[in-house]
Formats: sequence, structure tokens, C-alpha cells
Amino acid sequence: MEVKALILAGYGINCENETAYCFRKAGAQAEIVHLRDLLSMERGLLDYHILAFPGGFSFGDDIASGKVLANKFKVSLFDDLVELVRSGGLVIGICNGFQVLVKMGLLPGFHGDYGAQKVTLTFNDSGKFEDRWVHLRVENSKCIFTKGIKRMYLPVRHAEGKFFTSQNVLEKLNKNHQVVMRYISPEGGKAIYPWNPNGSLEDIAGICDETGRVFGLMPHPEAFNHYTNHPRWRREKIRESGMKIFENAVKYIKENF
Amino acid sequence: MLTRIEVGFKERIIDARGEKTKRRIIEDLGIRIEKVKTADVYTILGELEEEEIRKICEELFCDPLIQEYSINEPLNREHDWIVEIGFKPGVTDNVGKTSEEGIKDLIGKSVRVFTSTLYFLKGVSRDEAERIAKELLANELINRIHIMRDGRVLETPLVKEEHKPRVQTFKLKEMSDEELMKLSGERTLALSLEELHAIRDYFYSERVRRERMERGLPEDPTDVELEALAQTWSEHCKHKIFNALIEYEDEDTGEKLVIDSLFKTFIKRSTEEIREEMGERDFCVSVFSDNAGIMKFNDEYNIALKVETHNTPSALDPYGGALTGILGVNRDVLGAGKGAKPIFNTDVFCFASPFYSGELPPRILHPKRIFEGVRLGVEHGGNKSGIPTINGCIVFDDRYLGKPLVYCGTGGIMPSEINGEFSHEKKTEDGDLAVMVGGRVGKDGIHGATFSSEELHIASPTSAVQIGDPITQKKMMDFLLEARDRGLIKCITDNGAGGLSSSIGETAQFSNGCEIYLERVPLKYHGLDPWEILLSESQERMTVAVSPSKIDEFLELAKKRDVEATIVGKYTSTGKFHVLYEGRTVAYIDMEFLHHGVPQMKLKARWRRRRHEEPEFEPDDLNEELLKLLSRLNICSKEYVIRQYDHEVQGGSVVKPLVGVMNDGPSDASIIRPILESFEGLVVSNGIIPRYGDIDTYHMVACSLDEAIRNNVAVGGNIDHMAALDNFCWCDPIKSENNPDGDFKLAQLVRANMALYDYTKAFRVPCISGKDSMKNDYVYENIRISIPPTVLFTVVSKIEDVRKAVTMDVKREGDLVYILGFTRDELGGSEYYAMHGYIGNNVPKVNAKEARERYLKLRNAIYEGVVASCHDCSDGGLAVALAESAFSGRMGMEIRAERIPSEKMPVDHLLFSETQSRFIVTVHPEHQERFEEIMSGTCFAEIGVVKGDSLIVKHEGRVLINTPIEALEEAWKRTLRW
Repeated sequence: MEVKALILAGYGINCENETAYCFRKAGAQAEIVHLRDLLSMERGLLDYHILAFPGGFSFGDDIASGKVLANKFKVSLFDDLVELVRSGGLVIGICNGFQVLVKMGLLPGFHGDYGAQKVTLTFNDSGKFEDRWVHLRVENSKCIFTKGIKRMYLPVRHAEGKFFTSQNVLEKLNKNHQVVMRYISPEGGKAIYPWNPNGSLEDIAGICDETGRVFGLMPHPEAFNHYTNHPRWRREKIRESGMKIFENAVKYIKENF
Repeated sequence: MLTRIEVGFKERIIDARGEKTKRRIIEDLGIRIEKVKTADVYTILGELEEEEIRKICEELFCDPLIQEYSINEPLNREHDWIVEIGFKPGVTDNVGKTSEEGIKDLIGKSVRVFTSTLYFLKGVSRDEAERIAKELLANELINRIHIMRDGRVLETPLVKEEHKPRVQTFKLKEMSDEELMKLSGERTLALSLEELHAIRDYFYSERVRRERMERGLPEDPTDVELEALAQTWSEHCKHKIFNALIEYEDEDTGEKLVIDSLFKTFIKRSTEEIREEMGERDFCVSVFSDNAGIMKFNDEYNIALKVETHNTPSALDPYGGALTGILGVNRDVLGAGKGAKPIFNTDVFCFASPFYSGELPPRILHPKRIFEGVRLGVEHGGNKSGIPTINGCIVFDDRYLGKPLVYCGTGGIMPSEINGEFSHEKKTEDGDLAVMVGGRVGKDGIHGATFSSEELHIASPTSAVQIGDPITQKKMMDFLLEARDRGLIKCITDNGAGGLSSSIGETAQFSNGCEIYLERVPLKYHGLDPWEILLSESQERMTVAVSPSKIDEFLELAKKRDVEATIVGKYTSTGKFHVLYEGRTVAYIDMEFLHHGVPQMKLKARWRRRRHEEPEFEPDDLNEELLKLLSRLNICSKEYVIRQYDHEVQGGSVVKPLVGVMNDGPSDASIIRPILESFEGLVVSNGIIPRYGDIDTYHMVACSLDEAIRNNVAVGGNIDHMAALDNFCWCDPIKSENNPDGDFKLAQLVRANMALYDYTKAFRVPCISGKDSMKNDYVYENIRISIPPTVLFTVVSKIEDVRKAVTMDVKREGDLVYILGFTRDELGGSEYYAMHGYIGNNVPKVNAKEARERYLKLRNAIYEGVVASCHDCSDGGLAVALAESAFSGRMGMEIRAERIPSEKMPVDHLLFSETQSRFIVTVHPEHQERFEEIMSGTCFAEIGVVKGDSLIVKHEGRVLINTPIEALEEAWKRTLRW
């Protein structure tokens, strides 16, 4: 079957091309769709199996990153979005896309209650935008996208990636296996700066909803689409890449839809 | 109704902006401060219900998890003083604009929003608060500042414009020469007396008077006409110095030359001759004629390249200047041919030392502030546009105190054909419509073109400062590329210097005429005079020529993409530059006169070699010398800056600016895959060495070009598919009373151009685009600070298969270390001499024939896979290159210096000489034979081995250097570890 992925674009989103490339490489039919074409109903969310919110600076990160785009979705497309998830579709938010998912409350979506903001992503403790590669431990979670992955090495590129929430929500996330990945040191231990690049609570780099079908992460798997993206491909044999995340998504749809 | 909302972080949440501000107050201003907290302020103008205000706060402005808000009452934070920084009327408020859209989404109402920032300062006096505000937080050119003990000031920076637009005329006929020059000065026209005479003679000629009369114009030129001419004829747009008739005299040899245009004689001629030599292998597609140069990438795609400078705006407002600089050069690429998509940025800055502690002349900002502002501007401009910043460098010299140099470069990709037409070809025809796309027009940036053609002085107009908005531009860019692919664009160009006057005026040369209807131009606010609308340099605008049959589709698509597009004129074949305002003609100039009427400048250049003192010193300990060199500003790690730029967006990063075991080694060049499905790559590098110009700008240019090519070759760039871009930044080369050595500076420029011709030819690397900025001086009363003559070469090449690329970090213990190239005693202008307070005279000289041979062979060795690492020798010479390669690979080296092919010279010279065209290469032992075979016939030597964890250099048994690589790395990193 044809797996159809919608890659959102427009208003300052800027990783749509490489995100679409990864989905295509993973075997999906990926279509880059401008937000305006969704708002004007020229394209319908429910015609797709996968929705990706790529990285970038939607609305310039003005006010707070992801906030304005999240509101736009909430005001006019939220019902379709929730329907897409409930009907078995997948949603991934990368970097700015993660910020959007969190701010519109699609994540963490406790008890299927989408729409309430429970966690946030805010300014890095360093006060800086930084582009650096980070080591990640993939937790045993419900997340569809990370099945079979234990470790990842990916770039982060953000100024507002510090994961924060209340103690209560944090406990729930842990208990529900919704924490998908954490920053770790190169040796696999507890990450301090710069290995935890932003000061995230409990080194959290990505979370999913209770179904495991909605996934948000700060690092950029689409920027590691080929071994030559790895900063040390001239020194080491590179076996893994960020592609696995996209392959898992396509595989899941093929098997479950 | 005004509503003031303040949003701040909750008590126990880290206020990262406050913490960072506190650090900078302590470090940059030396003020001891206890605490800094910040808050965002949104002042809303519009009728809102209480419930709506609460909804806006809770669902838009405030993040409930970490922030709290107050409505119409002050947020309480511990403080002694509160500083509020907002914008002055008319200055772009990007967050304000987004807030308006956010509110519309949320409650469906249109309001105005003005933003400002509150800083709660604890532990400072009022005077200190004022210093913090003025020297760190705000720029008084664009910001308003309130310093308060308590309470707030409720105001909105609305433009209150009651001015009624009008058109003035000038009786040039009756003006004396003195009055003419006064007019030029008062209106910032930057026209010379000769040019003013040419304008006067034109307007009062019989034919022109008659034709203008028929259009209802008086015989005296209007302000619209005068301004359009001044802009079109500005140094910035017409490059009058590069096109001048120059009498050059070499006083040392008595040689005399007459040069009719430096540009044509040296730059353009070289490219033409190289292209002819290349014949069928010519990869140049469009050179020197468009907004950007265009070269071939493969059969399906071309690459557009452009590097600009934005020096004066960055001197006045470092953040805004650099931001508009980078966005402007993006538009140049977007406006090349029928439009290219930007795929990388490259940025080079020249600053005075950020640790400068001397007096600052009036209106000059501290170099650290310029550094930080420019860095941030480029960060926002690049990152927010989704364009990776993959290459760059920073040069430090205290003569850049007068004017920092901010070079912004962009490469773009375009399909070579679109709908069966060549994408690099553009044209306009009679009847085509001129459409302005993107942002609106305000008074910002008026006189940018003429202003940059002048020195920076105390009364420089503040309207020359613009603030860009990357997101507005990104939206426009996405739309225009979509329109391009649908075949809706016939011609496109950006609105940069000179605004519509320039964009329509220049593209109207194809059709030979235009009509512009100024009243149709969408304005940010009322009260602009017609000439201001025509000349405004408001950002994020492009001008597109659309044929009448496609205009509906074009405008429809613009609407769908939420981008403003307005027909503001049409192209004609009347031979006239015709501007109307509300139906009345306000300018009517012959296209021929507008574009070709400027009289050629006649200048004199006089060269005499300057002798500098030859250094006399004995170094005590070469370990110390090396460590000190590594810490020098021009050599030390720039990781602080590089990390804050996204160098990986678009997904094609192959060789990053930082490489090695810990991703922190200084790469010589960067490589990207512009087409993710392909292994073909682009290699981007640069060369810039102003120090050598203190001895001879001829060799400075030769070395800068060699450095750029060398860097490029070091990672795998192919010199047979390589193009260069030249950017000249000079100090005023026109002799006058207050610039007595102008003729010498012009001679330096002539010599620089001679070298450009000689060496681009010898390397067979053509320049395909370039730019000059000629008045980089600061003048105040009797202070004159001139920049050193500076030339930047940006070099871009193609690598067929990126999997063949190499990096500069050593890879394996036991690998053999080679030096490629012969070392001469060439320390004139070197970092080593500079460190000891000398310039010297033995400036490095390039042997291009030998170098090219080496570069070709090295390329072959790299492509064959027998090179493990390769690093170029530049600032600081061989020893610095060895140290960098070693610590980037976290391995030591043992080097036997007596094996280095060289002239006889003291050992410190051998280690630190900056002889050009050399590399340090490491090779796995199993590849030794093949590597040496490939390189045979060139000068090279095996000089040591990768081993241990110290850099050890011995000379005939004597240990010159023995330092752990950790210490070298630390010395290299500590200077700019901010």
C-alpha cells in the first residue's frame, strides 16, 4: 500500500525538504503542503497517514517558539488532527515541530485528552542557540517511531529546547513510558552540559503520547539521512543514522493500516 | 484603548535572558550587579473586552507552566532600577507583527501591538543603569529607553506623520558651484561637482526642457529626479572608482600606466580570457551581469553565488546591519536569473579586538558590542531563514575600529531550465508589469546607497538603518520559488540599495523604459514624499516582471501564500524612466542618461614601496611562542560563534566547519550536498589576509586568493571546476585635503587588481561575481581611522563524489606526516612578527604555476583515497597547522624539522613562516608508496609520524617544541571561550 505523509511547510518552517526526503527514502509518498492549503481546505489532513511538523522557526519563534502555529492549528484544524491520531495515523514533531505539539497540547495527551498544555520547551539554560551533536538513550517507551533503537547520535539546533514540566506530570510521563529519549554522556552516563545541551528536566529530549503514535523530539533525525552527515564519518565506520525513525513510521502504517 | 501586558518568568524558573544579560554586564561593562530579571511587554492598541485580554494572555503571550503575567499593572521583581527598551516610531517590530496575527487567530480582532522588554536591575546605581541601557541593551538609533525607579510609562511608538507629501524642485541653473556642493551634502546625494554639472547641463538642454514641459514638469529637476540620479550614480551602484580612468605611477621604478577601468582591465578581462581558454569545459553560466554570478553544477542545475558587504549599517547598528546584510544577499541570489534558492551562507567579519581598552571616538561602538551584535544578526538572519551558515572567518585588527567589515555571502541552486527556458536568462518587454512583492515601504533605509558611498561621520542619518524580518522574507522566498517553477516570472530582482528606483530602473534597461506609479506602493505609514517611496530601502521586497497573461495567476498565488504583491508600474520601450504620483509626472529622465550619463572619474595613483623595520629579536622558548600564537585572536578557536549558527539545516552537511574527534577542529572549508539524492557536493572556502597589504597589496591579493583555493583543495575541492568571488573593501582612495595619501591608497587598489588578474589567470580560477565598498573610513574633526585595504576571496568548487572528501584532523597513530611545498623565509606581515610588534618586509609570494600543479596532484591523491588528513598552512605557519591537526585528532606528532624543504633560516622562522601553497598531510603507511607516486614532481617531504600525545618538533636532534596536545588545545580555545 501507498503510505502517504504530509510534510507541513510555510510561515518560517524550514526543514520540510529534508524531512520529506527521509520519508521518501523510507518508502512513503511524501507531500510538502503549505499551511495555507490546509487552512483553506484545499488539502485535508485525513487524506494522509502521517503528519510531520518539521523544524524551523514558524512565525519567527516570536512570543514563544511554536506558540503561534500551535494556536493556528488549535483554532481551525484540531478536530482533524485528533481524528488522524485516533484513527491510527502518526504525528511527528521535530524541533520547532515538537514545540508546536507541546504547545497545542497534542503531547503528552494523557488519557487521550489532547489540547491541554502540560509540558513546555523553553530557553536553553546557556541562553544560546547551539548546533551540536548529542548522544541519546532511547527508553523503553510506547513510541512507534523508535522501535528497536537503543542509542542515537543526532544534531540539536535550537535556542528553546529545555524540557520543563511539573513534578506531577513528570512522574506520570515516566510511569506511562512516554519519555522516548534522553540526552546522555558519550559514555552513556548522566548528561551534563553540553551533553544535555539545554538544561532539560531529567535530560528529556523527546516524548510521545499514550498511543505511541504522536512523537516529538528536539534533535533532528532528518539531518542524519546519510552517513556523510555524521561529524566523524571520515574517522569511523558509521552504521546507524536517523533514517530508522522514518522507516519505523512507514513500516507501522504498512502493517497496521 | 491601550492595554499593557507584562509577562515574566515565575519565581523559581531560570530566566536565561536575565542570566546572560547579567554575565555581559559584569564581563563587558565591568559593572558589579546582583541580579537581572527580564519581562516581555506587549502594549495593545485596540478595543478589547476584559475576557478577550485574559484569553490573549493565557493562550498566546504567557506560557502557564513557567511564566506569569499582569494586565495594566506592573509585574513585581526585585530591583533598584527598571530599564525598558522599546522601538522608536517606524522601526520594524517583528514580534509586534506576529502578535497581531496571533490575536487575530485567537479572537478574530485586528489590533496593533507594540513590544518592549523590561530589565529589572538589582544592585546598581541610576548612572550604572543608564550605562547598561545605552552600552549594552539598547541602540539609541532604533530604541527608546525608559529608566524607572518604579511604575511604568504607557506609550506607543506610533508614527505621527502629519506631513503632506510634496515634490520640490531645485533651481540648479542659478546655483554656484559652492551651492551645488552644499545641496549635495545637505541631501546626502554624494554627487561630485562634475556630476552635478552633468545633471545641470542635461536638464537645461533644449530637448530635455521641451520634453519635460510636455509632461507638465518645470525646467528645474524635481527632488524625485535628483534623488533617482544620485542613487543610480552612487559609488555603491555604479562603482565609479573601479570604472575610473586612472593614471598610475610607480615611483620606485618610474613606470607609468593609464588604466581605463580597473574592473574591465583586470577583473572582467581575466574571466573572459579564462573562459576562452577553457572552451567547452567552461562552467561559467552568467558572470558580472546579474545580481549574482552563476556557475554550472551539473547538467540539470546551476549555482548562483554572491557576496556583499554591509559595513556602514553594521557600524551604526551591528545587529540590524548584519541581519539586513545577510537577508539582502539572500535576495541577491533569489533575484539571480529567474530566481535561485539559497542553500548556504558564508560570512566573514573584520573587527577591532573585542578586548580593546582605549578611548572610543564619538559614535563608535565598542568592538565587543559590534562583534556580539553582528554575530546575533547573522545568527537570526541565517538560522531563521533555514539557510545553513557553513563557512566564514573573523579577522581582527584595531584599524577596524573605524568601520567593521561585514561580508555576507550566499549560494543558491536553480534548475538550469524552467519550462523550457534557461533559468539564468531574464528579460522585460514592453507591456510587462512591474510587481512589488513582500514587505511594505517606510522611511527605513533611505539614502543607504549614497550613504554607504560616504565616510561615517557624526551626523550620519539614522534612517539609513533598517531591521530585517527573516520570516517575512522566508514567506516571500517560498512563494517566489513556487511562482518561478510555475513559469510566472520573467525577470526578478531585489529591492536593495536604491529601492524601486534601482530595481525597476535597472530591469527596465531590457525593455528600454518604464512607468512607475508611486501612489500604488503599499506604505507602512502615511506621509512619505514621492522621492522617499521611490528610494526607500525597506527590506524583504523583490521586484518581479510578470507578463500580462500571467499576472492573475501570479497575484492569486501570492494571495494564497499570504504574501503582499502589488502592481506598481509597467515596463515600456519609450526610452524614459517615467515616474508618476497620483497621475502627475514627477520624474522623466532618459534611460540613457540615467544609466550611462555619469561622467567617468579621472584619478591619480602613486605607488612607493614602504620599508618597515626588520625585526630583531630572539625567541626564548618556542613552546611558549607557539602557545601564544595559538591564543591570538586571528588564530584561536571561533567555536563560540560557529556553534550559534545552524550549519546543518537542509540536510546535506558533509564536511562541517568543526571536525575531529571532539567536533572542535578548525575545518579548512565546508562541503554540502545540495541535492540529497546525489553524491555531488559543493565546496566553500575563503581567503583574507589584510596584514600583508601593509607591505604590498599585490601580494596580499595573491596570497588571499591562494589561501581560498588552498582551503578549498584541502578538503577535496576540484580546481578545474572552481570559481571565485572578489570583495574589495578599501579606505577612501581619492586624494583630497583631508585625505592626503588618497593617491597611495588608489595605487594599492591598482596593485591589488593587477594581482587579481595575474593570479586568477595563473590558477585558472575565474571570478564570476564581486563587489566593492570604497569608503571605509571614520572621520571626526581631526581623527581619521581608515581600515587596512582588505580583499576577501570566496571560492566555490564542485566535488564529484563527497564520499572522497577529507578533513584536517589526524586519524591514526603511526600515520606519516608530510609537508607539501617549499618553505621560504617569508614572515613579512605574519602573525608571528605581529605578535612581536613588527611588520617586516618579506611578504609571502605565490608561485601559482607550482601551486596549481600541487593542487591538481593533491586532488588526485584525495580522490584516490590515499590521504588521511589534510590541513593548509596559513596564519602562524607550519607549527600552528601541525598543532591544529594534532589536537583535532587528539593525537601527538613527532616531527623532524630538518627534513622540511626550505631555504636556510633560523628555526623559529622555519616554524612560523607563512609561505603560501603549503599543506600538512597525513597518510596511512600502506598508502605511502601510492601517495608519493602521485605527488612526484612536486616539492614535498615526509617529516614525521603521528604518535603519542604531545607535539614534538626536533631539529637535528635538538628539541624545539615538546608540548602536550591538551595544552595546545587549551591555548587555542581559551581566548574566545565566552
